[in-house]
Amino acid sequence: MKTVKKYALFMLVAAVDIFLRWHYPAKGVVAIKSSLDYLGEMLLFLPPVFVLVGLLDVWVPRQIVERNVGPESGARGVALSILVATAAAGPLYVGFPVAAALLKKGCRLANAVIFLGTWATIKIPMLMMEIKFMGLPFSLLRLALTLPAVIGTGYLLEMILGPKGAEAVEERR
Amino acid sequence: MLFNLVLDLLAAGALLYSFRRDRQKTKKALQAAGNSFLNMLPAMLGIIGLIGVMLALVPQEVIAGLFGSNSPFGMLLISLAGAVTLIPAFIAFPLAASFLQAGASITAVAIFITTLLMVGIVTAPLEVSFFGRKFTLWRNALGFALALVIGALMGVILQ
Repeated sequence: MKTVKKYALFMLVAAVDIFLRWHYPAKGVVAIKSSLDYLGEMLLFLPPVFVLVGLLDVWVPRQIVERNVGPESGARGVALSILVATAAAGPLYVGFPVAAALLKKGCRLANAVIFLGTWATIKIPMLMMEIKFMGLPFSLLRLALTLPAVIGTGYLLEMILGPKGAEAVEERR
Repeated sequence: MLFNLVLDLLAAGALLYSFRRDRQKTKKALQAAGNSFLNMLPAMLGIIGLIGVMLALVPQEVIAGLFGSNSPFGMLLISLAGAVTLIPAFIAFPLAASFLQAGASITAVAIFITTLLMVGIVTAPLEVSFFGRKFTLWRNALGFALALVIGALMGVILQ
């Protein structure tokens, strides 16, 4: 039953794909082909990320994570979270397991949220593409406005969820 | 592509180093990696399938059609489109640039990009599985509100 629930979205999408392929072959082909292309890209990309997260899990002691991005890490912790996330690439959901692993090791909740926010909005490879297509003024202005928004979201979310919230998030893993 | 290669080399190097120092720990790390990968697989397959269906059923012309109006309602529709769709950046930026060239306002395009990047409705179930409902709901709600503010400010400043 649990397995069925986990795959519910996939089965629904597969049913839509089959229906499209049947009744609207042109659209069906586009849907299936774009999904397979994207899947191929993700399968190239995900294994090394998961291997690195697994290695982080066994090798990096809790104290190191706590000291650098933990509750007492202050502005340095924020800066570090931003810096590491700007070097990331790939869609945001690849960042979920990374942030979850950091939380488990004692990362401050605000820093984990800042890490995710930076990953989503201002990672360097994406910024390069933005500058190329949208121009420097657009990209720099968005960067300047987004950075405080991301940091603010981190602290606000920590306030909203409270100290218990951080524990609840941590216990899910 | 180059990035993938760097990532692969990094992971392979780290794995090799780890294996030489401690086989037992390395085995544990690989087990953890495999487990989290398998845990994430169902949701990821669903999301990837959904992206394909979206790209097929909501052609770019439909999204482009949203950018014709500059009314507050039009902006709301654009922000919703940005929140709901999940487009890889290498498609999103050229697309946004083409909207600008076609005469869309900076505010509209900025709101589309900020909501696209800051809100993820499609990935919300996956986010919930990692961080819980309350976390996901608030993170995306705050992201949506801030994305609107940033988009509007960019429109005013760059006009």
